[in-house]
Order: sequence, then C-alpha cells, then structure tokens
Amino acid sequence: MTNAAARVIGLTKTYGSGEARIVALDDVTLDLAEREFTAVMGPSGSGKSTLMHCCAALDTADKGSVFIGDEDLTQLKDKALTRLRRDQIGFVFQSYNLVPTLTAQENIVLPLAIAGRKPDPDWYDAVIATVGLGDRLSHKPNELSGGQQQRVAVARALVSRPRIVFADEPTGNLDSRSGAEVLDLLRSSVSDHGQTVVMVTHDPVAASHTDRVVFLADGRIVEEMRDPDRDGVLEIMTRMTAATEGS
Amino acid sequence: MLKATIKSLLGRKLRLLMSTFAIVLGVAFVGGSLIFSDTLGRSFTALFASTVGDVVVRPADGNTNGGPSTVAIPASVVDDLEDTPGAARVDGHVTAIGVYVVDKDNKVVGGQGPPAIGGNYSDAPAGHGLPGLTLVEGRAPEGPDEVVFDAKTAQRSGYFIGEKVHIVTASDQALITPTLVGILGFPEGGSLNGATFAAFDTPRAQQLFLDGKDAYTDIWVTADDGVSQDELRGAVAERLPADLEAVTGDKAADDAATDLLEAISFLRTFLLIFAAISLVVGAFLIVNTFSILVAQRSRELALLRALGASKRQVTRSVLVEALLVGLVGSTLGLGLGVLLAMGIRALFANFGLDLTGQPLVFGPRTILACYVVGVLVTMAAAWLPARRTARIAPVQALRDDIALPETSIHRRLLLGVVGILVGAAAMAAGLFTDVPRGGYVLGLGTLLVLLGVTAVSPVISRPFLGAVQAAYRRVFGTVGNLAGQNALRNPRRTTATASALMIGLALAGTMAILGDSAKASVDQAIEENFVGDYVVSSVFGEPFSPSIATEMAQVDGVDRVVRQRWAQAERDGDFFGIAAIEPADAEFLGIRILDGKLSDFKDGSVLVDEKWAGDEGLEVGDTYTVDKTPKGRLTLTVAGIYADNPVIFFDTVTTMQTLKDQGYPGSDNALVIDAGPDTVGLKNRLGAVVADLPIVTVKDQAEFADEQRAPIDQLVLMIFALLGLALVIAVLGIVNTLALSVIERTREVGLLRAIGLSRRQLRLMITLESVVIAVLGALLGVVLGICFGIAMMYAVRDEGLEVISLPWGQLGVFLAASVVVGVLAAVFPARRAGRLDVLRAIATE
Repeated sequence: MTNAAARVIGLTKTYGSGEARIVALDDVTLDLAEREFTAVMGPSGSGKSTLMHCCAALDTADKGSVFIGDEDLTQLKDKALTRLRRDQIGFVFQSYNLVPTLTAQENIVLPLAIAGRKPDPDWYDAVIATVGLGDRLSHKPNELSGGQQQRVAVARALVSRPRIVFADEPTGNLDSRSGAEVLDLLRSSVSDHGQTVVMVTHDPVAASHTDRVVFLADGRIVEEMRDPDRDGVLEIMTRMTAATEGS
Repeated sequence: MLKATIKSLLGRKLRLLMSTFAIVLGVAFVGGSLIFSDTLGRSFTALFASTVGDVVVRPADGNTNGGPSTVAIPASVVDDLEDTPGAARVDGHVTAIGVYVVDKDNKVVGGQGPPAIGGNYSDAPAGHGLPGLTLVEGRAPEGPDEVVFDAKTAQRSGYFIGEKVHIVTASDQALITPTLVGILGFPEGGSLNGATFAAFDTPRAQQLFLDGKDAYTDIWVTADDGVSQDELRGAVAERLPADLEAVTGDKAADDAATDLLEAISFLRTFLLIFAAISLVVGAFLIVNTFSILVAQRSRELALLRALGASKRQVTRSVLVEALLVGLVGSTLGLGLGVLLAMGIRALFANFGLDLTGQPLVFGPRTILACYVVGVLVTMAAAWLPARRTARIAPVQALRDDIALPETSIHRRLLLGVVGILVGAAAMAAGLFTDVPRGGYVLGLGTLLVLLGVTAVSPVISRPFLGAVQAAYRRVFGTVGNLAGQNALRNPRRTTATASALMIGLALAGTMAILGDSAKASVDQAIEENFVGDYVVSSVFGEPFSPSIATEMAQVDGVDRVVRQRWAQAERDGDFFGIAAIEPADAEFLGIRILDGKLSDFKDGSVLVDEKWAGDEGLEVGDTYTVDKTPKGRLTLTVAGIYADNPVIFFDTVTTMQTLKDQGYPGSDNALVIDAGPDTVGLKNRLGAVVADLPIVTVKDQAEFADEQRAPIDQLVLMIFALLGLALVIAVLGIVNTLALSVIERTREVGLLRAIGLSRRQLRLMITLESVVIAVLGALLGVVLGICFGIAMMYAVRDEGLEVISLPWGQLGVFLAASVVVGVLAAVFPARRAGRLDVLRAIATE
C-alpha cells in the first residue's frame, strides 16, 4: 500500500443519549492513500458524511483518532485546526458555497489570500486551465451556471495544493453533463497532478470515476471495491439495501 | 395564522429582543418625561396647597408670578377683617425672596433654581385645615436676633438650634447673623422641593423686607368650621378697599402651581423632543430589522402562500408580529421609563430642584401614551416591509435563492430628493419667516431632510463605500476586501443602519455649532463692549443688597460704581425684563443714542433698543405701556432709541427711581466698577467687601466672560448627554443589523471558517464592516449638522449671535468616536459569528 494522506483509527461518534442514541460511526478504521480518488458510499444515515466531516476537521469524534499526514486532529485546538484546514485540506460542497461578493477568480484564490500567500504561478495556471472558465473568471458567482460554480469551487479546493481534498456530494445539485465535467476535473487532479481526493456520494456513476469505493452501513465499513464500475457499485448497493431491510 | 406568527416570533427570541431595543428606549423617554412631569406637578400642587390659607388677600393687579415687590398691605386691614363672619382667624404674612442661608463653609444653601425665601413666622393653618409649615422643634423666633429654618434647609446648612447662622439678603442689610431657635416642617411629610425658608418674627421681617412699615405682603383668612372658601372669600371681599383682592386658597394655589409649571414646562418639551428623536431613530431600526427578518423568511412566507394563505394574511402575519414586538417594547420601555424618571429626579436634585422625597406619579395617561406611541411607531415602521411580502409569489417557495422585491432605486432617489427639497424649504420657512408654529415647521422640515438623505444615501454613499473597500483591501488584504464588499452588498441596509447614527450626530453637530458660535459671540461682545474694570454680580443672577455698591464706592482706588437693576414685568401677556440705571451713567455704559436726546432720559421715560423699537414701531416721544408691575399699569415716554448694546441685557432701559416708585425692591443686579489709575490690590480689596456674601462675586473681564460662557457650556453638555442616549440606540441598531447579517450569512461564514479563516480574521472582518457603517453615519451626520448649524446661526444672527464658529476639534472627535462606536458595536456580533459551529454553519440551508 502507498503512503496514507489521511488515516482514521477506531473512530466512534454517537449523537443523543438514552433511547434517542444514534451511533453515527462505530469503530471505523480506514486509510486514505495518497494520489488516490476514493469514494465513500452508503445509504442515508450510514455515517458517511460524519466520517468525512471528522476527517476534514469540521467535526470532532468521541473516540479514536484522525491523522492528516502526521498530525492527530483530535489533539488540536481551534487555532491549529483552522490552520490545518487552510493549508492541508480542500473542500468542495454540494451547494458550491462560493462567496457571492467575490469574483470567480477571487473565490479561487481565497484560501491563499486568507493565509496571506501568493499562489504558485505554475500550479495556479494549471488549475485555471483545467477549470476551463476562460473569460468568465471575473464574473460573480450569480452570473455563472451551477456547473461553472462547482468548477470554481473545485479550483478553490485545489489551489493551495492541499494534502487532501474532501468533496461532499459535489454533483448532487448538477445535471449529468455538468456533473461529469466536475468529476473529470477531480479525476484529472488525481491522475495528472497527483492530488488526493475523497468524495462522499450516493451516485454509482460518480463512484465509477474513482479508484476505490468504501461502503458504509450503520457506522461501519461493510465493503470495499477497487477500480469500480457502475454496475458493480450498483450491485453492492442493492445488496446492502436488501440486507438493511432484511435486518 | 396567528399561531404560526407567534411560533415564528418565539423561534426568534433574540432577534425580537434586539429589534425592540430602539422602541424600548423611545418609549422610555416618553414614559420617563411624563412620569417626571406628573411627579413635578403633583409635588408642587401639594406644596402650594399647604402654603396658602383658606382665603388669601393680596394687592389687586399686582405683578403676577410672585415676583419681588415692595407693595404692602397696611396692618390695619388685618384688624378690619378680624370680625368677618365665618373667619376663625386672620394672619398677616411677609414674604421676600433672595434671602440666602449661608452654611458654615461660607457656601450658599441651594440658590440655583428654587427660590430662597425669607419672611415672618406664623402659625396660621393652611387652607382646608392643612397644618402647613409648623414648628417641629425648638420655639418661634422672638426679637430681632432670632430665626427659624425649614427642616431641609437646617439639615443642608448643618446648623443646629442655638447656633448663630449667616443669612444674606437683598435688602439694605446684606448680612445678618441671628440665632437659630426652631425648625419648621410639614407634619404630614413633604418638602419645599429645594426652596429654602428662613422666618423671623413679624417686626423683624417687616424691618428687613418692607422698610420697617407695619404692613404685610399678603393676609390669610382662616375659615370657621363649615364655612366654605367661596363663602368666606365673598365676605372678605366686601370689606376690602379697591386696591386689594381676595382669592380662595384653592385658586391661589392653582395659580401659583400653574405659573410655576408653565415656567418649567420647557423641561417636558425638551424631554419629549428627545423622545421624538429616539422614536424616529427607533422607527428606522424597526424598518431595517423587519426588512431583514422578512427577507430571511421570504421562503417561509412563500410556502405559506403556496399552501393557500392570501396576500393579506401574509402581510397581516408580519403586522401582527410588529404588534407583539410593539407591545413587548412598550412594556419594557415603560419599566425603563420609571428608571429614567428616577434618574432625571436625581439629576434635578443636583440642580437644586429637590423632589427626592416625592413618590413617582404613575398616571393612566402615561401608560396609555407609552403603549400608543410604542405600538403605533412599530406598526407604522413594519408596514413598509410587510407590504413587500405581498409581492412574494407562491412559486418562490420552490426556488433555491429568493430575493424580496425592492422598490426601484430611481423612485427612491426621486422621493429622497423631493423630501430633502421640501424639508429644506420648510426649515427655511420655520427659520426665516413668520409662519405660525415655526418650531413645528422647523422640526418637520428637519425630519423630512433626514428622511430624504436616508432615502438617497444608498446612492450617494456608494463612492464612499467603494473608496473604503479599496482602502480596506490595501490595508487589510483579503479580509478587508471581504468586509468592504459586505458593506457594499446591500447599500440600503448599510445606509439605513448608518442613518440612526447620522440623525444623532446631525443633531449633536448642530448643537456643537450653536454652542460654539454662542460662546464666540459672547466673547466678541464682551471684548468689544466691556466697560469699566470689574463687574460685580450675583452667581445666581438674583438681586443683591444695595449696600454693597455703597461700600465699594468707599474702597481705595475706585473711581465710580455704576448700578444696574433688572425688573420683571408683563406686557401683552408676556413676561419681559426692564433694565434700570441712573441717567448719569448712561454715557459711561456706552449707550449710543441714535434718535432722541440723552438729556430727556428722566424718571418716567424709557430708552429703547433699535431693534425692539423697529419691531414695535416705536418712535421718540411715543408712549410705552407696561401692563403689569407691582403697582399695576405703567406708562412711560420714549426718550431715545439706542444702538444695540450687549452690556444692557434687556431691550428697554428706564431710571432706577422709576422702578422704585413702581414698587420694585431697591436691590442691585449688577455693578460696574471703574477703577482709578492705581489698581494694585484693588480686586482683593473689592473682594473683601463681599467675602461674607458668597452670592456676590467680583470679576474682571476674563472671569466675566467665563461666567457668561458657563451656562452655554452647561446647556450644550446636557444636550450632549441626552443625544448620547440617541447614540446608544444607534449603536444598538448597528449591533442588531450586524447580528442579523451574520445570521443571514451563516453559511458564508461557515464556508470561510472551513477554508481556513481564523476566528481573529473573522472578528476583524465584522469589525471592519461595522466601522464602515459607523463612519458613514458619522460623516453624513456631521455634514448635515454643519448645514443645520449654519442655517440656524443665520436665522438668529440678528439676536446678538453674530459669529458663526465651527468647532472643528469637536466635530473631529465625533468622527473619531464613530470608529470606536463601530468597533464596540461589532463586539457582540463578531463573538457570535466566531462561536458558530463550522459544520452546522455549512449544513444550514
């Protein structure tokens, strides 16, 4: 196995207490390899979003640890977590989440600007080129289509060359063509530029763009698939749904 | 529908609370001023009721308002009234003002505001058998060397029974030192509301205050059991000579209370003006808050429409929300108003009007006014945003992002410009012409201009906001850029929030300019016209003993002592002042005759200021009639018209003898000392004359100027203090808008945090945004304040305020203070934003 960009060990998280207690993550251990495009799948309530939020330093777990590189997130305070998110993690959200007052270009360089750094010109050019917005870079988000906005969001996640990029249902709000463009963008960032991407999705087509799919159910990793194709993923999901309904 | 409204209100408790703040403060002003003035009214009514007999006999046609007078009722009248049917007893009273008690540290007790009263001791009961002021300790004064004080005065002065006390009078005997032998008090509680009272036995009082005549200033007739005041009054009136009148105690008390309350009614007006200001500012904030709340809920409202609610139901749901907010705000405001009334009472106790013993009066009128004002203002302000909700289409419930329809910016600009022009015209009319009710026209014009500027400010402030954004980006980088963009994002909201500060500072700026100009005018007038070397005057502006001038004339190095006397009279129903001098001193005082001859200025004649003569159409040789003096109507001949002279405080000057003949006391109001060539140590020698008389001071030109400026400073300071409260509302408005904006932008804030914005950077961003709003408001306010101030100074430039002076330092402080205001206002919203849970912020839909 290659080096891990992120490593999850024995992660457990519960919500509520007593009768209403829900186990979102149940002793999850997982390595996310560098230069790999990983999809996390599972039915609603399987804990896939919680897992991603914990990995991305947005949420804290009850037990276990999360490493980004050598750093154990569970040991860090807010300031250090903020810096870690800024420098080592990139995000893509389902609803784009661009800053409406800034142009596309300003949105892209925002993480660097916040950190007070200049983008690496070669890398910046490469990112801009792959995003393919051309002359729309100086437009505000509300003048862009959904697909264009999401491509800007991907570019923003990539621009600081983070150790790992997390994408939460990045194609959830997009039509299939725009979705495919965004997935291609993520794919090429891994294949061509050696980025590490983790994506939560429930779309088998989206999952088929990845190198590896991890299936979660009831807070546990139940299955895994390398070099997935649409039909294989669909089959596993159908099986999982049946198992859930049977239990 | 109502249930849905209340549910949605309760779901926004914090926002509800914040949006009520402004209304709370506005209502508190209304409530506080009404409670205070009711308390004032009741306490004086109670006081005057226990300071009149069943029937009071007084000189007919006398000077009203209890002004000083030497007109007396011969003691024989008391004997004539003794056997009036229905009269239990008849008592003669002597009363004079300007009788100051001086404490052991040579400080005057009271002095400012309420009168310092002297008189004879009497055990006559007040009307309706009220005990009135009675001996509660010691014994009655007997002989020329004994005195009794009211309890509060004794306590404040620190004198005990048996001690020698210092009393300064305006009579020939400037200082007397009798022994305190008794204490007077109201057995049923109550006080003299800060006035002081020193009573002597009757012969001594007559000697001190009535030139030793066996006479009284008024007579009380006490009714037998079962005899009404009216019956007794009729019986008494039959026995009186024509120059005396009998009034019932009820009427006398009523007259006195009405006169006094009228004299201090400006207080209520003053407080109500500030209530109006805070309510206007409050209305702005309500409009703003409801606009934001409605915008945030537009999806929810669209859903209600989609579910079948009518336009009217949706609009009504917002108005019902406003009604509830108004009710809550009014209730809280009423509570705060009580505290405010207590504060005002404490403040006035400092100025001598001591009401601390009085319980606050909480009338039904106050409660009604508070609720009506609070609810109406809130609903009227919420009506604008509520109307807009009607334009939300049901289909918008299904859309992702939804914007509330706004009125077009062009229409707004047009309305704003019209508002400014009409307002400016109304202001000009109020200031420069004789329209009826000029004050209201002026106030309305000012309001229109403020509203107009608010309407156009989203447009006119754009360059400013753009420049700030550019500057922020340069200085603070991306965080600055974001803050600048946020301020520009919704210029209407930014400027509406800033307008609260704008109004406060526009008024503060106006007052600063008026105050500064008034001081500069005083300085200039004194510099150009100060005659002689020293001025001697009372620190309370009250008359003092003529013996001081006589003594000072004997001091080594004094060439000449010039006396001035001021008298109060009534003409055409208005009170006004007359100055009096010795004719021989006219030239020395710099009176420049434009028309007529100074040699014609004799007893029974008057000199008239050129402007007053113009206003009244008076010419030399005309008859000038004064309706009310202590001896009734006074007819004078105009001997000359003189050029405006700031040394003479009134528009008419007569001779001292004329006043004396008319029954005014022979006390001086100001002395001008002209020194010989040798002035070394003169001031000390003059000071020694009045060393034991702390009400009188000797001042050179600079000190005199300081003293003249002091009341202006005090007034400006008081106005600033009240405007400070308007600024508090403004700050709360900024806090409110920012906090709501942060809630509205929760997702954005979450995103920024997620991609690495630190808490500090986030706080900086919100603080910078807040500072732009505050500085924008301050800038608009100061500019408007300068315009208003200059306009007002132009309007009053004929009245001795010729200099227009801009207090740049003070205006600069306002701007600097607005930065502080911005920083402070951001503290709470920034903390709130910093505490947002990043994950939840992103997840918020």
